[in-house]
Order: sequence, then C-alpha cells, then structure tokens
Amino acid sequence: MSKIKLATVWLDGCSGCHMSLLDIDEGIVAVAKKADIVYGPLVDAQEFPESVDVALVEGAVSSQEDMKMAQLIRKRSKMVVALGDCAVTSNVPSMRNWVPAKKLLERVYVEGVQTNPGVPAEGVPALLRHAIPLHEAVKIDLHIPGCPPKADAIFYVISELLAGRKPDLTNKVKFG
Amino acid sequence: MKKIMINHVTRIEGHAKISIHLNGDGKVSSTELHITQVRGFEKFTEGRPYYEMPSITARICGICPVSHLLASVKACDAIMAVQIPEPAAILRELVHCGQFVQSHALSFFHLSAPDLLLGMDSDPAKRNVVGVLEKHPDMARDGIALRKFGQQVIERLAGERVHPSWTVPGGVNAPLSAETRDLILSELPLAKSIARRTLKFYKGVVDQFQAEIDSFGNMRSMYAGLVDGHGRLQLYDGYVRFRDAEGKNVAEMEKPRLYQNYIAESALPNSYLKAPYYKPLGFPEGLYRVGPLARLNVADRCGTPEADAEFEEYHQRFGKMVESSFHFHYARLIEALYALERMEMLLEDPAILDTHVRAHAGVNSLEGVGIVEAPRGVLIHHYKVDEKGAMKWANLIVATGHNNLAINRSIEQVAKRFVNGKKLEEGMLNRVSAVVRAYDPCFSCSTHALNQPAMEIKLFDVDGTLVDTLRQ
Repeated sequence: MSKIKLATVWLDGCSGCHMSLLDIDEGIVAVAKKADIVYGPLVDAQEFPESVDVALVEGAVSSQEDMKMAQLIRKRSKMVVALGDCAVTSNVPSMRNWVPAKKLLERVYVEGVQTNPGVPAEGVPALLRHAIPLHEAVKIDLHIPGCPPKADAIFYVISELLAGRKPDLTNKVKFG
Repeated sequence: MKKIMINHVTRIEGHAKISIHLNGDGKVSSTELHITQVRGFEKFTEGRPYYEMPSITARICGICPVSHLLASVKACDAIMAVQIPEPAAILRELVHCGQFVQSHALSFFHLSAPDLLLGMDSDPAKRNVVGVLEKHPDMARDGIALRKFGQQVIERLAGERVHPSWTVPGGVNAPLSAETRDLILSELPLAKSIARRTLKFYKGVVDQFQAEIDSFGNMRSMYAGLVDGHGRLQLYDGYVRFRDAEGKNVAEMEKPRLYQNYIAESALPNSYLKAPYYKPLGFPEGLYRVGPLARLNVADRCGTPEADAEFEEYHQRFGKMVESSFHFHYARLIEALYALERMEMLLEDPAILDTHVRAHAGVNSLEGVGIVEAPRGVLIHHYKVDEKGAMKWANLIVATGHNNLAINRSIEQVAKRFVNGKKLEEGMLNRVSAVVRAYDPCFSCSTHALNQPAMEIKLFDVDGTLVDTLRQ
C-alpha cells in the first residue's frame, strides 16, 4: 500500500497546535512509517502538492494570503481537518475584529515607533477585515478543538485516519 | 536590475519572504526580508483586565509560551507592586529552563539539523526531520527525547505542555511536590547525556562549515542579554547588559522600566516586523544582536560547571566576542546544557518545596514592565492600566524583533557570497534560508502571527517580467 500523503499548515495561529503535534514525541516515528509528510513547517516542501490525502490546518484565516491558501488546500486535499481553536472558531486572532484593520496597523507602526513611522506596504499581504474560522472560508471534514488540542487527541486522529477509519472525538477534546 | 524572490523561507517558526536584487552581471546588490503577518496584540488587548494578559499573550507563540507567560506575569507583578515569594521565583526559573531545553532542541534537531547533517545542498525532499530520522536515527531520537524532556518538565510543573496557566501575577498557583521534584531529578541525567554528546558531535563537525561561518552574519556588532550582579548568564531575571563589538560594557539596565532609555523602534516599509535599535546610537547604527550568541558574548560566564567549561572552550576557539551568527547553533547547545545544570541546582534547593508561592494584591501601580530572556533573546512586555486594572496600552518587544536588523544584514552577506544570479541553484538559496534559521527566529512571536511555509524563487527581468521560476 502506498503511503498516505499528509500535509500540515499554519495559517494565523501561534504554532501551539504544531507543538502539540510534535508532542506525540516518539509517535512521530510511527507516523513517518505510514505517512509521507509532503508539506508543512517542518519540511522543505514545494508549494502545496497537487493531491494530498489529509491536510491538518492550524490557525484562523486573517489575510488575503491565508484565504488563497485555504482555498488551495481545499482544492488539493481529500480531507481537510481544522486543527485547534483558531481554525475551529478563529479564537485569539479574531480578538482584533472589533478594531478596523487600518487603526490596528497605525497603532503598531505609527504610534508604536520612535523612528520612520508608517504602515508597511511593500511585500506584505493585506489583512482581511475580520479574522475568520476556517469553515467560513472552505468546507471542513473534521474539527479538533483545543488550545492546543492534546497530543493524545492529535495522535488518535492521525492513527485512525491512517487506518482508514473516521475518528470519534467524543469526550476526547475540549475547547481552550 | 533583476530580482529573485524566496517566497517562503522554510523550516523557521513563522512566515518570511526574501527579495534578492541583482545587478547587470548577476551579482547580488541588495536584499530585503519581508515578514508578512501581524495580529496587533498591542491594540486588541485594550480594555481587558491586566491579569488576563498572561493567558492572552501566551498565545502569541506556541513554541515559547512560557517565556511570554513569564514576561507578562513579571509586568503584572510590577502593576501589583509586589515582590513574589522566593520559592515562586525559583519555580518560575525552573519552568523556564524546561522551555529553553525544548525550544533549543526544536531549533537544533528539528529545524537546522537537516542542513547540518544532510548538507546544505542535499535533496530538499529529504532535507527534514524525517530525512534525519532515516540517515541519523540516533541523532533524531536524541532530539525527540531532549525536546520531550523539556516539554515534560513544563507539563509536570505547570499541568500542560503548551499554554499552561500555572504562572500567575504574584507567583505561581501551586507549589511543587517532592514526588515531582524527584521524578524530574531522576530523568535529568539522561537529558544531560544527550546534551553532552550532541555538543561533542557538533564540536567535531563545526569546522566543516568554514565557508558558512565566514559569511553567515559574520560581523562586528553590539550585543544585549540578561546577566546577574556577577555577570553570569541569566534566563529569568537580571540586568540587560549591552556590550559592544570590542567587548566593552556600554550599558547595564538597572530596572526593566528604564528600557525605553536604551531601546527605540523603527517601522520598516517592507516588513510587518519592526526594527528595534540601541537608542543612544540611533537607527540603524544601533544594530545589536540578542539570543544565544549574544548571551554568551555579554555574560562573563554561565555559572554552572559543565557549561562554564564549554563556555571557555568556545571563546578560546572563536574569540572573546564570537562574531559569526553561524555560531548561534554552538551557543544554543551550550545553553541547553546550562539549562539542564541550572535545573538541577534549582531542584536541589530545599526552598523549592515551600508552599508560599503566591503574593496577592490589587492594582498598586499604573504601569509595569517585565523582561526575561526568551530562547531567542530579550523579551519585553510593557503594560499601562487604569485604576481598576483595565489595560490602556501595551508594548511588546520580542526577541526576533531585536535581531531584525542583524538578520537583514546577514541575509545580504550570505546572498553576496553564495548566490549567482546567472546560474541559480537551490542550495544557494537554501543557504540564504539557513542563515535565517541560525537565528532561530520566531516570526509568530515577532509580529504576533504566523503563516505557511514552502519556497518558490522567481527571477524577474529589468522591466519586472517573470523569466524563471525555481521551486524547491
């Protein structure tokens, strides 16, 4: 049987979900035997590959780049998993939603500096008006709540998916 | 003029792009680093109770949440105007040592070892932690075990590995049990043996990277880092010392709240990452570096026996002021050993089991600053509140920010040395990414946001037409 193609993605998150993924510790050896990690922060992948079996996505959708990426992931993946509270609810990134993006940027880059005040505009993507959860951008097949989800829960999900079963997360996860 | 874009720098914590500008004969003329996300914690926390700040700001970064928690609770201690009980200070330093071990292990084994062990020019499809697992299984397993040890220390003390809520304004919310202390002590020897053999291995191979050592941010600069009253390395509390390229101490910050006398920030037109600089020298002359390289340059010694011996050897080999940013890797390994030794010292202090671990108070000061060393360097949280304790204003200066100017300059140096615009090869550009990795930057921290990795290089001609695309 050919190996399952697994991708992991950070959108607007803190990497805590990826840390929890790494917290499966030696479990990573078992995962690497059954799956090829074809894309993600830990590998020097090309752009998001054409046909991915499972994409684990951390983070909310906050910028135009995030939105394009979310759409690309959906198009090229059989299964998209919202990993953690930011992907599931938009969580901390959405705490900015009450502030207009322009004001937010001015607070940081104009009021918040002593030299060369100015909002960066070259080579940086524009923010969306609101940071939104992943399911508002694209269709999601499975949600794993938690800030971050426990390593055990992540390992359980990956193991079930690698075995071709649909994971049942009842009583295995919680928000926060 | 032509431009090469590295659209996504891989194996770093966060999202960065690099522009490389070429002159007519394909030589590099200049480079730019773009950090591409921003979340604005400084603004959206306005109005929230100050005691929520530790839990909120921990979410800036899942790799070093403990560092943000500690800088934040120290700022909150200052707002409460309390001196926390000594056992609480010991416990906070202990959990921070766990943080250093896991974060340094991640940087070395998971992110940079693929370059160092498999080669800068090796197959990018295999140049990752799984590739290391195949080719050097013992080394990869050591990395997993060392990171796990650090994470478990955090979990055992604080209840959770990522974003724990144990450190609170005034101290910590639960004392340490003798069982947990003994458990950690029993696991320390194995972790130390991993740190020792990794250092031994690294010292044996570092000379193979002479070309990289010569050009990976190999420059004179000022450095900043925390030291104690005896000039020893500190991770949790101390004075921020600024030391110049000659090794002369130019400033020692007496109190955290005075940081604005020494550090100012500039916005950059092409990056969401601001550039702090040493204020007396101005922008951009006030460039300084922070993090492992800087800490071992500003400290007179580490203060633990094995790390001190390593410190001596390191400086004998590379000079009193170690100038190449390639040596961040070496310094990081010495610090991992230091953190383990320090952990042992703290655990053996009988006061660590004392049950007085939290001071209670309300708002007694309308402003507070907390400074710690995060694994990547000096971390500053500065809060202003109203009489009821609602946040009015916040400023966060994060480790990677301090290194912004230095990373920019290092990228330019590496690109000029290795990149040939006429004959572009993947390994050339991997070196440009690798110098960024040496700093172990955390762009999630620095802009309080993250994005997806992957790498694509585009070559444009003079009028901006895309002439070639190289995908890694």
